[in-house]
Amino acid sequence: MANVCVVYEIRDHQIKKVSYEATSAAVNVADQLGGTVSALLIGSGVSDLASEAGKYGASKAYVVDSPDLATYSPDVFARLIASAAREMGATHIFMGATATGKDVMPRVALHLNSALAQDIIALNVQDGNVVYTRPIIAGKLHSDIQLNSEVQLATVRPNVFTATEKPTETEVVTLSLDVPSPRAVVEEVVTEAGGKLDVTEADIIVSGGRGMKGPENWHLIESLAEVLGAATGASRAAVDAGWRPHAEQVGQTGKTVSPSLYIACGISGAIQHLAGMSSSKYIVAINKDPEAPIFKVADYGIVGDVMEVLPRLTEEIKKLKAE
Amino acid sequence: MNIAVCIKQVPDTETRPKIAENGKEMDKTGVKWIVNPYDEFAIEEGLQLTEKNGGEVTIISLGSKEIEPTIRAALAMGAKKAIRIEGPDNITDPMVTARALAEVLKQGNYDLILFGKQAIDDDMAQVPQMVAELLELPCATVVVKLEITDGKATAEREVEGGKERLSFSLPAVISAQKGLNEPRYRSLKGIMQAKKIPIQVVEANLDQSRIEVLQLKYPPQKQPGKIVGEGADAVPELVRLLHEEAKVI
Repeated sequence: MANVCVVYEIRDHQIKKVSYEATSAAVNVADQLGGTVSALLIGSGVSDLASEAGKYGASKAYVVDSPDLATYSPDVFARLIASAAREMGATHIFMGATATGKDVMPRVALHLNSALAQDIIALNVQDGNVVYTRPIIAGKLHSDIQLNSEVQLATVRPNVFTATEKPTETEVVTLSLDVPSPRAVVEEVVTEAGGKLDVTEADIIVSGGRGMKGPENWHLIESLAEVLGAATGASRAAVDAGWRPHAEQVGQTGKTVSPSLYIACGISGAIQHLAGMSSSKYIVAINKDPEAPIFKVADYGIVGDVMEVLPRLTEEIKKLKAE
Repeated sequence: MNIAVCIKQVPDTETRPKIAENGKEMDKTGVKWIVNPYDEFAIEEGLQLTEKNGGEVTIISLGSKEIEPTIRAALAMGAKKAIRIEGPDNITDPMVTARALAEVLKQGNYDLILFGKQAIDDDMAQVPQMVAELLELPCATVVVKLEITDGKATAEREVEGGKERLSFSLPAVISAQKGLNEPRYRSLKGIMQAKKIPIQVVEANLDQSRIEVLQLKYPPQKQPGKIVGEGADAVPELVRLLHEEAKVI
Protein backbone atom coordinates (compact mmCIF):
# COMPACT_ATOMS: atom_id res chain seq x y z
CA MET A 1 0.00 0.00 0.00
CA ALA A 2 1.44 3.33 -0.99
CA ASN A 3 1.40 6.16 1.51
CA VAL A 4 2.51 9.18 -0.50
CA CYS A 5 3.48 12.23 1.51
CA VAL A 6 3.56 15.61 -0.22
CA VAL A 7 5.60 18.28 1.53
CA TYR A 8 3.81 21.59 1.10
CA GLU A 9 5.92 24.68 0.55
CA ILE A 10 4.46 27.73 2.23
CA ARG A 11 5.68 31.27 1.48
CA ASP A 12 4.08 34.34 3.05
CA HIS A 13 1.31 32.15 4.45
CA GLN A 14 0.40 30.88 0.99
CA ILE A 15 0.76 27.39 -0.37
CA LYS A 16 2.93 27.44 -3.51
CA LYS A 17 1.14 26.17 -6.62
CA VAL A 18 3.79 23.50 -7.24
CA SER A 19 2.66 21.78 -4.02
CA TYR A 20 -0.71 21.14 -5.68
CA GLU A 21 1.02 19.91 -8.84
CA ALA A 22 3.00 17.50 -6.64
CA THR A 23 -0.24 16.43 -4.94
CA SER A 24 -1.82 15.51 -8.27
CA ALA A 25 1.29 13.50 -9.17
CA ALA A 26 0.97 11.78 -5.79
CA VAL A 27 -2.70 11.02 -6.38
CA ASN A 28 -1.74 9.39 -9.69
CA VAL A 29 0.77 7.13 -7.91
CA ALA A 30 -1.56 6.29 -5.02
CA ASP A 31 -4.42 5.46 -7.38
CA GLN A 32 -2.27 3.09 -9.44
CA LEU A 33 -0.45 1.40 -6.57
CA GLY A 34 -3.39 1.51 -4.22
CA GLY A 35 -2.95 3.81 -1.26
CA THR A 36 -3.37 7.29 0.12
CA VAL A 37 -1.97 10.79 -0.24
CA SER A 38 -1.10 12.92 2.77
CA ALA A 39 -0.01 16.54 2.85
CA LEU A 40 2.68 17.69 5.28
CA LEU A 41 2.69 21.29 6.45
CA ILE A 42 5.54 22.53 8.64
CA GLY A 43 5.96 26.01 10.02
CA SER A 44 4.61 28.55 12.44
CA GLY A 45 0.91 29.36 12.25
CA VAL A 46 0.28 27.02 9.31
CA SER A 47 -2.51 24.91 10.79
CA ASP A 48 -5.27 26.91 9.13
CA LEU A 49 -3.85 26.00 5.71
CA ALA A 50 -4.17 22.26 6.31
CA SER A 51 -7.66 21.96 4.87
CA GLU A 52 -6.44 23.42 1.53
CA ALA A 53 -4.72 20.12 0.85
CA GLY A 54 -8.10 18.46 0.44
CA LYS A 55 -8.82 20.47 -2.72
CA TYR A 56 -6.30 18.41 -4.69
CA GLY A 57 -6.88 14.97 -3.23
CA ALA A 58 -4.98 14.63 0.05
CA SER A 59 -7.05 12.60 2.50
CA LYS A 60 -4.79 13.49 5.42
CA ALA A 61 -2.93 16.65 6.33
CA TYR A 62 -0.16 16.31 8.88
CA VAL A 63 0.77 19.53 10.61
CA VAL A 64 3.89 20.45 12.54
CA ASP A 65 3.14 23.91 13.89
CA SER A 66 5.45 25.64 16.33
CA PRO A 67 6.56 29.22 17.04
CA ASP A 68 10.12 27.78 17.03
CA LEU A 69 9.62 27.39 13.28
CA ALA A 70 8.90 31.07 12.63
CA THR A 71 12.50 31.39 11.44
CA TYR A 72 13.32 29.02 8.61
CA SER A 73 16.26 26.65 8.87
CA PRO A 74 16.85 24.12 6.08
CA ASP A 75 18.49 21.54 8.33
CA VAL A 76 15.68 21.78 10.91
CA PHE A 77 13.03 21.54 8.19
CA ALA A 78 14.74 18.47 6.73
CA ARG A 79 14.96 16.62 10.03
CA LEU A 80 11.31 17.36 10.78
CA ILE A 81 10.21 16.11 7.36
CA ALA A 82 12.16 12.89 7.98
CA SER A 83 10.64 12.44 11.45
CA ALA A 84 7.13 13.15 10.22
CA ALA A 85 7.57 10.78 7.28
CA ARG A 86 8.66 8.03 9.66
CA GLU A 87 5.71 8.67 11.95
CA MET A 88 3.17 8.48 9.16
CA GLY A 89 4.88 5.51 7.51
CA ALA A 90 5.39 7.29 4.21
CA THR A 91 6.45 5.10 1.29
CA HIS A 92 6.98 8.03 -1.07
CA ILE A 93 7.73 11.69 -0.40
CA PHE A 94 7.20 14.35 -3.06
CA MET A 95 7.95 18.08 -2.96
CA GLY A 96 8.12 20.85 -5.55
CA ALA A 97 11.58 21.22 -7.15
CA THR A 98 11.87 24.83 -6.09
CA ALA A 99 15.00 26.38 -4.59
CA THR A 100 13.75 25.24 -1.18
CA GLY A 101 12.61 21.80 -2.32
CA LYS A 102 15.87 20.99 -4.11
CA ASP A 103 17.85 22.19 -1.11
CA VAL A 104 15.89 20.31 1.55
CA MET A 105 14.96 16.96 0.00
CA PRO A 106 18.53 15.58 -0.37
CA ARG A 107 18.92 16.18 3.36
CA VAL A 108 15.68 14.27 4.02
CA ALA A 109 16.92 11.47 1.76
CA LEU A 110 20.10 11.20 3.78
CA HIS A 111 18.21 11.04 7.08
CA LEU A 112 15.93 8.32 5.73
CA ASN A 113 18.83 6.56 3.98
CA SER A 114 16.68 6.58 0.86
CA ALA A 115 17.06 7.63 -2.76
CA LEU A 116 15.85 10.88 -4.31
CA ALA A 117 14.86 11.59 -7.91
CA GLN A 118 15.55 15.31 -8.23
CA ASP A 119 13.57 17.56 -10.61
CA ILE A 120 11.32 14.98 -12.28
CA ILE A 121 9.29 15.86 -15.35
CA ALA A 122 7.21 12.70 -15.56
CA LEU A 123 6.39 9.58 -13.63
CA ASN A 124 4.83 6.30 -14.62
CA VAL A 125 3.78 3.25 -12.70
CA GLN A 126 5.04 0.08 -14.42
CA ASP A 127 4.63 -3.40 -12.90
CA GLY A 128 4.00 -2.02 -9.46
CA ASN A 129 7.06 0.21 -9.64
CA VAL A 130 7.29 3.94 -10.00
CA VAL A 131 9.55 5.00 -12.88
CA TYR A 132 10.73 8.59 -12.60
CA THR A 133 11.78 10.59 -15.66
CA ARG A 134 14.24 13.38 -15.17
CA PRO A 135 16.21 15.61 -17.51
CA ILE A 136 20.00 15.20 -17.49
CA ILE A 137 22.81 17.09 -19.22
CA ALA A 138 20.68 20.21 -19.03
CA GLY A 139 17.76 18.40 -20.64
CA LYS A 140 19.69 17.18 -23.66
CA LEU A 141 18.71 13.66 -22.59
CA HIS A 142 15.94 12.23 -20.43
CA SER A 143 16.66 9.52 -17.89
CA ASP A 144 14.12 6.96 -16.65
CA ILE A 145 15.11 5.74 -13.21
CA GLN A 146 13.90 3.42 -10.51
CA LEU A 147 14.61 3.98 -6.81
CA ASN A 148 15.49 0.81 -4.94
CA SER A 149 15.22 2.16 -1.41
CA GLU A 150 12.84 1.81 1.50
CA VAL A 151 11.30 5.21 0.85
CA GLN A 152 11.26 6.90 -2.56
CA LEU A 153 11.71 10.65 -2.70
CA ALA A 154 11.13 12.97 -5.63
CA THR A 155 11.11 16.68 -6.33
CA VAL A 156 8.68 17.70 -9.02
CA ARG A 157 9.62 20.39 -11.55
CA PRO A 158 7.19 23.34 -11.34
CA ASN A 159 4.87 24.01 -14.29
CA VAL A 160 5.11 20.51 -15.71
CA PHE A 161 2.54 18.44 -13.86
CA THR A 162 -1.05 19.63 -13.86
CA ALA A 163 -2.71 20.46 -10.56
CA THR A 164 -6.08 18.71 -10.90
CA GLU A 165 -8.76 19.56 -8.40
CA LYS A 166 -10.08 16.52 -6.53
CA PRO A 167 -12.12 17.74 -3.57
CA THR A 168 -11.47 15.32 -0.72
CA GLU A 169 -12.34 15.26 2.95
CA THR A 170 -9.07 15.80 4.76
CA GLU A 171 -8.32 14.54 8.24
CA VAL A 172 -5.97 16.97 9.96
CA VAL A 173 -3.40 15.30 12.21
CA THR A 174 -1.21 17.42 14.47
CA LEU A 175 2.25 16.01 15.07
CA SER A 176 4.19 17.08 18.15
CA LEU A 177 7.78 16.74 17.14
CA ASP A 178 10.78 18.12 18.97
CA VAL A 179 12.24 20.98 16.98
CA PRO A 180 16.01 20.42 16.79
CA SER A 181 18.55 23.24 17.14
CA PRO A 182 19.28 24.90 13.83
CA ARG A 183 22.72 24.82 12.25
CA ALA A 184 21.92 27.52 9.70
CA VAL A 185 19.08 30.04 9.87
CA VAL A 186 17.51 32.33 7.30
CA GLU A 187 17.84 35.86 8.66
CA GLU A 188 16.10 37.62 5.84
CA VAL A 189 14.44 37.09 2.50
CA VAL A 190 15.10 39.94 0.10
CA THR A 191 12.61 40.14 -2.74
CA GLU A 192 13.80 41.50 -6.05
CA ALA A 193 12.57 44.94 -7.02
CA GLY A 194 8.80 44.69 -7.29
CA GLY A 195 8.86 41.00 -6.38
CA LYS A 196 9.53 40.01 -9.97
CA LEU A 197 8.04 36.81 -11.32
CA ASP A 198 10.73 34.16 -11.49
CA VAL A 199 11.37 32.53 -14.87
CA THR A 200 10.98 29.06 -13.39
CA GLU A 201 7.47 29.89 -12.18
CA ALA A 202 6.22 31.87 -15.17
CA ASP A 203 3.73 30.70 -17.74
CA ILE A 204 5.08 33.15 -20.33
CA ILE A 205 8.66 34.38 -20.66
CA VAL A 206 10.01 37.21 -22.80
CA SER A 207 13.73 36.70 -23.15
CA GLY A 208 16.49 38.83 -24.68
CA GLY A 209 19.94 38.14 -26.04
CA ARG A 210 22.87 39.86 -27.68
CA GLY A 211 20.59 41.07 -30.46
CA MET A 212 19.04 43.53 -28.02
CA LYS A 213 22.31 45.47 -28.37
CA GLY A 214 22.39 46.78 -24.80
CA PRO A 215 20.67 47.14 -21.43
CA GLU A 216 19.19 50.45 -22.47
CA ASN A 217 16.87 48.57 -24.85
CA TRP A 218 15.48 46.21 -22.28
CA HIS A 219 12.46 48.40 -21.74
CA LEU A 220 11.17 46.84 -24.99
CA ILE A 221 11.33 43.42 -23.38
CA GLU A 222 9.87 44.67 -20.12
CA SER A 223 6.91 46.41 -21.79
CA LEU A 224 6.01 43.25 -23.69
CA ALA A 225 6.41 41.18 -20.54
CA GLU A 226 4.12 43.56 -18.67
CA VAL A 227 1.22 43.29 -21.11
CA LEU A 228 1.58 39.52 -21.12
CA GLY A 229 2.03 39.16 -17.34
CA ALA A 230 5.27 37.43 -18.20
CA ALA A 231 8.64 37.00 -16.58
CA THR A 232 11.75 38.44 -18.24
CA GLY A 233 14.65 36.18 -19.14
CA ALA A 234 18.06 36.58 -20.71
CA SER A 235 20.68 34.62 -22.60
CA ARG A 236 24.13 33.99 -21.19
CA ALA A 237 25.58 36.64 -23.52
CA ALA A 238 23.32 39.30 -22.03
CA VAL A 239 24.12 38.24 -18.46
CA ASP A 240 27.87 37.96 -19.00
CA ALA A 241 27.84 41.42 -20.58
CA GLY A 242 26.38 42.70 -17.33
CA TRP A 243 23.12 43.78 -18.97
CA ARG A 244 20.85 41.54 -16.85
CA PRO A 245 21.06 39.77 -13.48
CA HIS A 246 22.09 36.14 -13.40
CA ALA A 247 18.74 35.15 -11.89
CA GLU A 248 17.23 35.80 -15.34
CA GLN A 249 19.67 33.61 -17.27
CA VAL A 250 18.03 30.76 -19.14
CA GLY A 251 20.25 27.97 -20.39
CA GLN A 252 22.65 25.21 -19.48
CA THR A 253 24.46 27.27 -16.84
CA GLY A 254 21.33 29.23 -16.00
CA LYS A 255 17.79 28.13 -15.36
CA THR A 256 15.79 25.51 -17.17
CA VAL A 257 12.27 26.67 -17.90
CA SER A 258 9.12 25.10 -19.33
CA PRO A 259 6.57 27.87 -19.87
CA SER A 260 3.58 27.72 -22.20
CA LEU A 261 5.19 30.45 -24.30
CA TYR A 262 8.83 31.50 -24.68
CA ILE A 263 9.54 34.58 -26.80
CA ALA A 264 13.24 34.72 -27.75
CA CYS A 265 14.28 38.23 -28.83
CA GLY A 266 17.68 38.71 -30.45
CA ILE A 267 18.79 35.29 -29.24
CA SER A 268 20.71 33.19 -31.75
CA GLY A 269 19.88 29.83 -30.18
CA ALA A 270 23.20 28.32 -29.11
CA ILE A 271 22.88 24.73 -27.93
CA GLN A 272 23.48 25.80 -24.34
CA HIS A 273 20.53 28.21 -24.48
CA LEU A 274 18.26 25.66 -26.13
CA ALA A 275 19.08 23.27 -23.30
CA GLY A 276 17.35 25.68 -20.95
CA MET A 277 14.15 26.41 -22.90
CA SER A 278 13.49 23.80 -25.57
CA SER A 279 10.79 22.12 -23.48
CA SER A 280 8.65 25.26 -23.69
CA LYS A 281 5.24 24.46 -25.11
CA TYR A 282 5.45 27.20 -27.77
CA ILE A 283 8.53 29.12 -28.86
CA VAL A 284 8.50 32.40 -30.77
CA ALA A 285 11.77 33.71 -32.20
CA ILE A 286 12.50 37.24 -33.38
CA ASN A 287 15.89 37.62 -35.00
CA LYS A 288 17.50 39.60 -37.81
CA ASP A 289 19.36 36.55 -39.04
CA PRO A 290 17.21 34.04 -40.95
CA GLU A 291 19.92 31.40 -40.43
CA ALA A 292 19.89 31.72 -36.64
CA PRO A 293 19.63 28.25 -35.06
CA ILE A 294 16.74 29.43 -32.88
CA PHE A 295 14.45 29.25 -35.92
CA LYS A 296 15.00 25.49 -36.02
CA VAL A 297 13.13 25.09 -32.74
CA ALA A 298 10.72 28.01 -32.91
CA ASP A 299 7.06 27.29 -33.62
CA TYR A 300 6.67 30.79 -35.00
CA GLY A 301 9.39 33.14 -36.17
CA ILE A 302 9.73 36.66 -37.39
CA VAL A 303 12.86 37.63 -39.28
CA GLY A 304 13.35 41.23 -38.34
CA ASP A 305 14.82 43.86 -36.08
CA VAL A 306 13.73 43.45 -32.48
CA MET A 307 13.75 47.25 -32.09
CA GLU A 308 10.89 47.43 -34.59
CA VAL A 309 9.10 44.15 -33.94
CA LEU A 310 8.86 44.33 -30.15
CA PRO A 311 7.01 47.65 -29.85
CA ARG A 312 4.56 46.49 -32.52
CA LEU A 313 4.07 43.17 -30.75
CA THR A 314 3.36 44.97 -27.47
CA GLU A 315 0.89 47.21 -29.23
CA GLU A 316 -0.95 44.37 -30.99
CA ILE A 317 -1.24 42.34 -27.80
CA LYS A 318 -2.59 45.37 -25.94
CA LYS A 319 -5.22 45.62 -28.66
CA LEU A 320 -6.07 41.95 -28.38
CA LYS A 321 -6.45 42.17 -24.62
CA ALA A 322 -8.67 45.20 -24.95
CA GLU A 323 -11.17 43.25 -27.05
CA MET B 1 41.84 28.41 6.55
CA ASN B 2 41.80 24.77 5.62
CA ILE B 3 39.46 24.52 2.63
CA ALA B 4 38.30 21.52 0.62
CA VAL B 5 36.75 21.91 -2.82
CA CYS B 6 34.99 18.82 -4.18
CA ILE B 7 34.90 18.68 -7.96
CA LYS B 8 33.52 16.47 -10.69
CA GLN B 9 34.65 15.73 -14.23
CA VAL B 10 31.80 16.32 -16.66
CA PRO B 11 31.30 16.54 -20.44
CA ASP B 12 31.95 19.92 -22.05
CA THR B 13 28.84 22.09 -22.47
CA GLU B 14 29.16 21.94 -26.28
CA THR B 15 28.59 18.17 -26.17
CA ARG B 16 25.64 16.83 -28.12
CA PRO B 17 25.19 13.64 -26.11
CA LYS B 18 24.53 10.31 -27.80
CA ILE B 19 23.03 7.34 -26.00
CA ALA B 20 25.44 4.38 -25.72
CA GLU B 21 24.53 0.97 -27.09
CA ASN B 22 23.35 -0.33 -23.75
CA GLY B 23 20.76 2.44 -23.69
CA LYS B 24 21.61 3.42 -20.14
CA GLU B 25 24.64 5.67 -20.42
CA MET B 26 25.98 8.49 -22.51
CA ASP B 27 28.37 7.42 -25.27
CA LYS B 28 31.79 8.72 -24.27
CA THR B 29 33.36 8.61 -27.73
CA GLY B 30 34.94 11.92 -28.63
CA VAL B 31 33.64 13.67 -25.52
CA LYS B 32 35.76 16.51 -24.19
CA TRP B 33 35.99 16.49 -20.39
CA ILE B 34 36.09 19.57 -18.19
CA VAL B 35 35.90 20.64 -14.56
CA ASN B 36 32.18 21.02 -13.77
CA PRO B 37 31.55 24.74 -14.49
CA TYR B 38 29.86 25.36 -11.14
CA ASP B 39 32.86 23.83 -9.34
CA GLU B 40 35.05 26.61 -10.78
CA PHE B 41 33.15 29.14 -8.67
CA ALA B 42 33.82 26.92 -5.66
CA ILE B 43 37.56 26.68 -6.45
CA GLU B 44 37.80 30.45 -6.99
CA GLU B 45 36.05 31.14 -3.68
CA GLY B 46 38.43 28.80 -1.87
CA LEU B 47 41.44 30.49 -3.45
CA GLN B 48 40.21 34.00 -2.63
CA LEU B 49 39.57 33.00 0.98
CA THR B 50 43.01 31.45 1.45
CA GLU B 51 44.66 34.42 -0.26
CA LYS B 52 42.92 36.66 2.26
CA ASN B 53 43.17 34.51 5.39
CA GLY B 54 46.08 32.17 4.78
CA GLY B 55 45.75 28.41 4.51
CA GLU B 56 45.32 26.12 1.57
CA VAL B 57 42.81 24.64 -0.83
CA THR B 58 42.61 20.88 -1.37
CA ILE B 59 40.84 19.58 -4.48
CA ILE B 60 38.96 16.34 -3.88
CA SER B 61 37.28 14.17 -6.49
CA LEU B 62 35.91 10.65 -6.74
CA GLY B 63 36.74 8.62 -9.82
CA SER B 64 39.21 6.52 -11.77
CA LYS B 65 42.64 7.55 -13.05
CA GLU B 66 40.75 8.98 -16.05
CA ILE B 67 39.73 12.02 -14.01
CA GLU B 68 43.29 13.06 -13.16
CA PRO B 69 43.64 15.53 -16.07
CA THR B 70 40.55 17.28 -14.74
CA ILE B 71 41.98 17.35 -11.21
CA ARG B 72 45.12 18.92 -12.72
CA ALA B 73 42.95 21.51 -14.47
CA ALA B 74 41.50 22.42 -11.07
CA LEU B 75 44.97 22.54 -9.48
CA ALA B 76 46.11 24.83 -12.29
CA MET B 77 43.87 27.57 -10.89
CA GLY B 78 46.14 27.69 -7.85
CA ALA B 79 45.13 24.94 -5.43
CA LYS B 80 48.07 23.23 -3.78
CA LYS B 81 46.79 19.77 -2.86
CA ALA B 82 44.64 17.09 -4.40
CA ILE B 83 43.04 13.85 -3.32
CA ARG B 84 41.49 11.33 -5.70
CA ILE B 85 39.16 8.81 -4.12
CA GLU B 86 39.44 5.62 -6.16
CA GLY B 87 36.14 4.65 -7.68
CA PRO B 88 34.11 4.25 -10.87
CA ASP B 89 33.29 7.20 -13.11
CA ASN B 90 29.64 6.45 -13.62
CA ILE B 91 28.06 6.53 -10.17
CA THR B 92 24.33 7.21 -10.57
CA ASP B 93 23.51 7.52 -6.86
CA PRO B 94 24.56 10.79 -5.16
CA MET B 95 24.42 9.13 -1.75
CA VAL B 96 27.22 6.74 -2.72
CA THR B 97 29.39 9.72 -3.67
CA ALA B 98 28.36 11.70 -0.59
CA ARG B 99 29.19 8.90 1.85
CA ALA B 100 32.61 8.32 0.27
CA LEU B 101 33.41 12.05 0.25
CA ALA B 102 32.27 12.45 3.86
CA GLU B 103 34.51 9.60 4.94
CA VAL B 104 37.54 11.34 3.45
CA LEU B 105 36.51 14.89 4.43
CA LYS B 106 36.12 13.85 8.08
CA GLN B 107 39.83 13.15 8.24
CA GLY B 108 40.81 16.56 6.91
CA ASN B 109 39.57 18.94 9.60
CA TYR B 110 38.34 21.48 7.05
CA ASP B 111 36.93 24.89 7.99
CA LEU B 112 34.97 25.08 4.79
CA ILE B 113 33.88 22.51 2.24
CA LEU B 114 32.89 23.93 -1.14
CA PHE B 115 31.01 22.38 -4.06
CA GLY B 116 29.42 23.59 -7.25
CA LYS B 117 25.62 23.65 -6.88
CA GLN B 118 25.14 20.72 -9.27
CA ALA B 119 27.05 18.66 -11.80
CA ILE B 120 25.97 19.50 -15.33
CA ASP B 121 25.86 15.85 -16.34
CA ASP B 122 23.34 14.39 -13.89
CA ASP B 123 22.01 17.71 -12.53
CA MET B 124 21.21 15.93 -9.24
CA ALA B 125 22.16 18.80 -6.88
CA GLN B 126 22.24 16.46 -3.86
CA VAL B 127 25.81 15.67 -2.81
CA PRO B 128 26.64 18.93 -0.96
CA GLN B 129 23.56 18.72 1.25
CA MET B 130 24.07 15.01 1.93
CA VAL B 131 27.72 15.54 2.89
CA ALA B 132 26.62 18.32 5.26
CA GLU B 133 24.06 16.10 6.96
CA LEU B 134 26.59 13.25 7.27
CA LEU B 135 29.12 15.60 8.88
CA GLU B 136 26.35 17.39 10.83
CA LEU B 137 27.46 20.74 9.45
CA PRO B 138 25.46 23.81 8.45
CA CYS B 139 24.93 24.03 4.70
CA ALA B 140 23.90 26.76 2.30
CA THR B 141 23.26 25.88 -1.35
CA VAL B 142 23.11 27.92 -4.58
CA VAL B 143 25.20 30.62 -2.89
CA VAL B 144 25.86 33.88 -4.76
CA LYS B 145 27.56 35.75 -1.93
CA LEU B 146 29.63 34.53 1.00
CA GLU B 147 31.10 36.55 3.86
CA ILE B 148 33.20 35.04 6.63
CA THR B 149 34.45 36.83 9.74
CA ASP B 150 35.98 35.11 12.77
CA GLY B 151 34.45 31.73 12.12
CA LYS B 152 30.98 33.15 11.46
CA ALA B 153 29.47 33.22 8.00
CA THR B 154 26.66 34.87 6.06
CA ALA B 155 25.56 33.46 2.72
CA GLU B 156 23.09 34.76 0.20
CA ARG B 157 21.32 32.20 -1.92
CA GLU B 158 18.99 32.50 -4.88
CA VAL B 159 15.34 31.68 -4.36
CA GLU B 160 12.37 32.42 -6.61
CA GLY B 161 11.88 36.17 -6.87
CA GLY B 162 14.76 37.11 -4.59
CA LYS B 163 17.48 36.01 -2.22
CA GLU B 164 17.65 34.37 1.20
CA ARG B 165 20.33 35.45 3.61
CA LEU B 166 21.51 32.69 5.95
CA SER B 167 23.83 32.86 8.92
CA PHE B 168 25.81 30.01 10.46
CA SER B 169 29.17 29.15 12.02
CA LEU B 170 32.12 27.35 10.52
CA PRO B 171 32.89 24.62 9.73
CA ALA B 172 30.26 24.56 7.01
CA VAL B 173 29.37 23.24 3.56
CA ILE B 174 28.58 25.60 0.68
CA SER B 175 27.44 24.91 -2.88
CA ALA B 176 28.36 27.68 -5.30
CA GLN B 177 26.12 29.33 -7.87
CA LYS B 178 27.24 31.40 -10.86
CA GLY B 179 27.75 34.96 -9.71
CA LEU B 180 29.53 34.06 -6.47
CA ASN B 181 32.76 35.33 -8.05
CA GLU B 182 34.64 35.47 -11.36
CA PRO B 183 36.80 32.35 -11.73
CA ARG B 184 40.35 33.23 -12.71
CA TYR B 185 41.94 32.05 -15.94
CA ARG B 186 44.60 29.39 -15.65
CA SER B 187 48.04 30.88 -16.13
CA LEU B 188 50.80 28.96 -17.90
CA LYS B 189 52.66 29.06 -14.58
CA GLY B 190 49.65 27.52 -12.84
CA ILE B 191 49.36 24.78 -15.44
CA MET B 192 53.08 23.94 -15.17
CA GLN B 193 52.99 23.94 -11.36
CA ALA B 194 49.89 21.73 -11.34
CA LYS B 195 51.80 19.05 -13.26
CA LYS B 196 54.20 18.67 -10.31
CA ILE B 197 51.61 18.39 -7.56
CA PRO B 198 51.18 14.78 -6.44
CA ILE B 199 47.58 13.58 -6.44
CA GLN B 200 47.06 11.54 -3.29
CA VAL B 201 44.98 8.45 -4.06
CA VAL B 202 42.82 7.09 -1.23
CA GLU B 203 40.22 4.41 -0.79
CA ALA B 204 36.77 4.87 0.65
CA ASN B 205 33.83 2.60 1.18
CA LEU B 206 31.52 2.59 -1.83
CA ASP B 207 27.98 1.47 -1.19
CA GLN B 208 25.64 -0.20 -3.60
CA SER B 209 23.83 2.30 -5.82
CA ARG B 210 20.08 2.41 -5.27
CA ILE B 211 19.29 4.55 -8.28
CA GLU B 212 18.89 2.32 -11.30
CA VAL B 213 18.86 3.84 -14.77
CA LEU B 214 16.32 1.89 -16.79
CA GLN B 215 16.90 3.78 -19.99
CA LEU B 216 18.00 7.06 -21.48
CA LYS B 217 15.87 8.72 -24.12
CA TYR B 218 16.22 11.66 -26.45
CA PRO B 219 13.76 14.42 -25.56
CA PRO B 220 10.87 14.88 -28.01
CA GLN B 221 12.39 16.73 -30.95
CA LYS B 222 11.06 20.18 -31.50
CA GLN B 223 10.09 20.46 -35.14
CA PRO B 224 10.87 23.73 -36.91
CA GLY B 225 7.72 25.78 -37.20
CA LYS B 226 6.91 28.54 -39.60
CA ILE B 227 8.47 31.88 -40.36
CA VAL B 228 5.43 34.09 -40.12
CA GLY B 229 6.96 36.97 -42.02
CA GLU B 230 9.44 39.80 -41.96
CA GLY B 231 9.63 42.81 -39.69
CA ALA B 232 6.91 44.56 -37.75
CA ASP B 233 4.36 43.87 -40.51
CA ALA B 234 4.38 40.19 -39.57
CA VAL B 235 3.27 40.96 -36.04
CA PRO B 236 -0.53 40.99 -36.48
CA GLU B 237 -0.41 37.53 -38.05
CA LEU B 238 1.86 36.28 -35.26
CA VAL B 239 -0.57 37.54 -32.65
CA ARG B 240 -3.46 35.92 -34.49
CA LEU B 241 -1.62 32.58 -34.57
CA LEU B 242 -0.70 32.77 -30.90
CA HIS B 243 -4.28 33.56 -30.01
CA GLU B 244 -6.20 31.27 -32.36
CA GLU B 245 -3.82 28.42 -33.17
CA ALA B 246 -1.54 28.07 -30.16
CA LYS B 247 -4.09 29.59 -27.82
CA VAL B 248 -1.41 30.83 -25.46
CA ILE B 249 -2.52 34.45 -25.32
